[in-house]
Amino acid sequence: MYGSGRIISALLVFVGLVTFPIWYNAGKAQQPPVLQMPAAEHPECVRDVLYMRTSHMVLLNEWRDDILRKSGPRFGVTTGGVRYERSLQKGCMSCHRDKQNFCAQCHVYTAVDPNCWDCHLEPTSEEALLSWTNEEVILNEEVILK
Amino acid sequence: MADTKVAEMKAKVVTEPSLITGAVPTGNWWEVEAIFKPGNYCYPAKKSIVEYHRKNLSGIFGEPRDWDVESDDWQLPENWQEIIIDGIKERLDKFRSLKVFMDCCVRCGACADKCHFFLGTGDPKNMPVLRAELLRSVYRNNFTLAGKILGEIAGARPMTFKVLKEWFMYYYQCTECRRCSVFCPYGIDAAEITMMGRELLHLVGVNTNWILEPAANSNRTGNHLGLQPHTFKENAEFLLDDIEEATGVRLQSLSFNRKGAEHLFVIPSADVFADPGIFTFMGYLLIFDHIGLDYTISTYASEGGNFGLFTNNQLMKKLNAKIYAEAKRLGVKWILGGECGHMWRVVHQYMDTMNGPADFLEQPKSSITGTVFTNAASTKMVHINEFTADLIYHNKLKIDKSRNDHRVVTYHDSCNPARGMGLLDEPRYLLNSVCNNFYEMPENTIREKTFCCGSGTGLNTNEIMDLRMRAGLPRANAVGYVANRHGVNMLSCICALDRATLLALNQYWNPEVEVCGVSELVGNALIMEGEKEREMDLRFAPLTGVEG
Amino acid sequence: MRVLQAFIAVVALILVALVLAQVPGGQVLLGIVLPYLAIIVFLGGFIYRVVSWAKSPVPFRITTTCGQANSLPFIRQNKLDCPSTKAGAVGRVLLEVLLFRSLFRNTQASVHDGPKLAYGSSKWLWLFALLFHYSLLVIILRHMRLFTDPIVGFVLPLKFIDGFLEIGATTIYLSGFILLAAVSFLFLRRLVKPYLRYISLPADYFPLLLLFAIGLSGILMRHVFRVDVVAIKELSVGLTTFTPAISDEIGVVFFVHIFLVCVLLVYFPFSKLMHAGGVFMSPTRNMANNSRMVRHKNPWNDPKIKPRSYAAYEDEFREVMIGADLPVDQELAVAEPEEAAQASTEQAKT
Repeated sequence: MYGSGRIISALLVFVGLVTFPIWYNAGKAQQPPVLQMPAAEHPECVRDVLYMRTSHMVLLNEWRDDILRKSGPRFGVTTGGVRYERSLQKGCMSCHRDKQNFCAQCHVYTAVDPNCWDCHLEPTSEEALLSWTNEEVILNEEVILK
Repeated sequence: MADTKVAEMKAKVVTEPSLITGAVPTGNWWEVEAIFKPGNYCYPAKKSIVEYHRKNLSGIFGEPRDWDVESDDWQLPENWQEIIIDGIKERLDKFRSLKVFMDCCVRCGACADKCHFFLGTGDPKNMPVLRAELLRSVYRNNFTLAGKILGEIAGARPMTFKVLKEWFMYYYQCTECRRCSVFCPYGIDAAEITMMGRELLHLVGVNTNWILEPAANSNRTGNHLGLQPHTFKENAEFLLDDIEEATGVRLQSLSFNRKGAEHLFVIPSADVFADPGIFTFMGYLLIFDHIGLDYTISTYASEGGNFGLFTNNQLMKKLNAKIYAEAKRLGVKWILGGECGHMWRVVHQYMDTMNGPADFLEQPKSSITGTVFTNAASTKMVHINEFTADLIYHNKLKIDKSRNDHRVVTYHDSCNPARGMGLLDEPRYLLNSVCNNFYEMPENTIREKTFCCGSGTGLNTNEIMDLRMRAGLPRANAVGYVANRHGVNMLSCICALDRATLLALNQYWNPEVEVCGVSELVGNALIMEGEKEREMDLRFAPLTGVEG
Repeated sequence: MRVLQAFIAVVALILVALVLAQVPGGQVLLGIVLPYLAIIVFLGGFIYRVVSWAKSPVPFRITTTCGQANSLPFIRQNKLDCPSTKAGAVGRVLLEVLLFRSLFRNTQASVHDGPKLAYGSSKWLWLFALLFHYSLLVIILRHMRLFTDPIVGFVLPLKFIDGFLEIGATTIYLSGFILLAAVSFLFLRRLVKPYLRYISLPADYFPLLLLFAIGLSGILMRHVFRVDVVAIKELSVGLTTFTPAISDEIGVVFFVHIFLVCVLLVYFPFSKLMHAGGVFMSPTRNMANNSRMVRHKNPWNDPKIKPRSYAAYEDEFREVMIGADLPVDQELAVAEPEEAAQASTEQAKT
């Protein structure tokens, strides 16, 4: 082999780059998402689990567009007959209360950076949630539209 | 002169259906057969010539025989396919260039319309990419996994007589000018492919006389025409008479085979006997005499032009080796080289490797200006243009620019110095120093993008005149452009082949434009000590102001 | 039809993946076995090819000079297109690799009445080739979000830039669409331009179609048939830590995607895609133009090849040389009378 020094070192760098994830991950504890599930009094979500895993963001956008642009209904009913509010804060987060231990788990794991909280406030406590009025929510949602 | 009249050719290159004029070929390229007819091939080498080469270098020149290119029996050895395949294997192992170039072409097509042969003929197989595919297809068939398994789907084909004919046709429609290599994103160089193709063809005795005979002459007599030493000397001295007639000065410095000279001066031998090279030769002599250079020319190593480059690396080495051998025998300090394209390709990129190290020579240093030519530190050979540019920069030449006023000059970058050496601005520096009227051709046709004269690498033979005029069209067209626009009447260049072939090319396409070497213009502008009042240039053409 | 052969091959591959993804054990094959095999073949094949190139020497320094060489002090060298130092040559190769220097020179020739030849600037190939390669690079780097845990630092800014339009529920990454557009351009140009159609082989269409299918399946699984990205990441990180497991809820489109990527990886070392390695090893580009400054050695240089010796030459021509007053090493009287035949015997010895 001619020019072996340069070529072998270049190949080593190449193999190193291609296998980067292997040695990067090596020895690190994996951090798969651990979701805090809602309390037992909320057994049913608005859609099935697989749909929610892959497409909850589509649903949220649908709600937003439907309510704000087409004056659609603010409430929906699950297949099990449970009435829910079509709202991230007042709907979803009334069951999945802890953003850090629910939303963020998968979002951080897969580097998803949704812009929900650019406008919405994360409910820090029961009081905060209750102190919100509909008007304020609408105001905030108008910000999104802009 | 070409068989086709120029008016007819002018129409043909635009209107006849070809890939360059917009006709769309159908079918697969490998199904189109190469058909030889008079005018599209170079004559095979004479039996005696091949015998001569085989005596000197065994095993690489095939069987000497008389054979007819147009017939379907080339009298090849029985195992010719095996010889070719083994030859490919050997070259893959010897040349990384070949291996890499076989493997990494993506057929992006960037090279396609860069080849002067393609532009002039519109023949798809003159696209450098297809020229390489001619060999690559066989490589795939015998040396790659995909080719062995998938065959034609992978673009592979076996080595057949049909393929061999294609090789002979298209590896002799490439002048190894390297223009394609400039545009290729991987630097794939069709010159390398063509060199390999020709080496392989030689193995089975497929060759051309116009290359092998001059090569044999160069080996035996030291010049490609086969002039004996005394004739060579007489020719050169005859030019001293012409110089005296034009300038009134009898030069005293010319000597031959003189031991102890400071410099061996190596030229393309055509400069001694072929018009207009002889005027370039006069230019060299005037420059040397002007500064009192101590130099000598060797009749033994008088051919810088290396016809071996057009055959195989062994013959190239053998012919080139004379230069160092003679420099050593004469005991010179370092070597100066004249204006020659492929001579300089060999000198710059092969000589030191093949025949060096030149440890018996000194690092070139101009005895006039004291400049050390660091760029030639190892090879110890300096280009006349480098040498002269340095002289002019240091005001060592007395120049009367107006003596070239009757010339409106443009400059043709000869392929090998441009793309095999990077000698671009030295000649321009000279031209700007000695001419008042210098105009560049369009930018896509000069410097590293220069177009070949169309007849390099041993294709400047009369039996393929039409082909040469087509291949030279891109160059001629650019010359015609500046001739029309600026009234250019002189095409300067730094290659002996150019001086011969551009002359024929211009006579065909631009009859108003003459051809010269750069050193001719330098020599013509020199104010020599003891000269008479100049009325004529070195060609005995009247100078501006004395026409009456 | 060469393009048809390539098209059929890609469609067949997609069908194979669709079927395999739905038969028992098929997902393990597509998601675990094949990726391991593919990466081994890719790396092994790549190294094999590069080493096989490296086994052949570079006998001569055959730089293609694309600018003024290093020469006299008052003549300005073009240090990148005609480098005379190692650093310059490295710069030249980098320029080629990072910016496609040579393609940037591209022109388009045309013949007009007269005849007149014209050479117009033609940078489309350069532009789309560059777009293709860089979008591919961005996509590969962006995929590191699925292969690293915790996610490696460069991914977030890259994703941010790539997705700056913030369109869609799942943000659209520009790179994916640029890749599809560039691949489409490169593919269509092969079909539309007669000379390119003439030179194109199935091996030219196939990788373009394969890349298109890979890009499209990727976009589809992000925006149309959305798949469970957490499950995918658990698999891909599992692959890198050698503990792969497949949750049964990954969509079929993912298996098409990963299968085509595996095919690409396996195909890579045995195809023209090796230009990725070749571009670094091309002697006309990676060598400094210093042939006259530094002696380049050829390992197989044959010292037995000698020129016809001066002695043999003088022996053949001594008489005429003396007659022409040319200096000779041996006078005529001393020398034996020589015939041309003898001279050529002498020559044969040399």
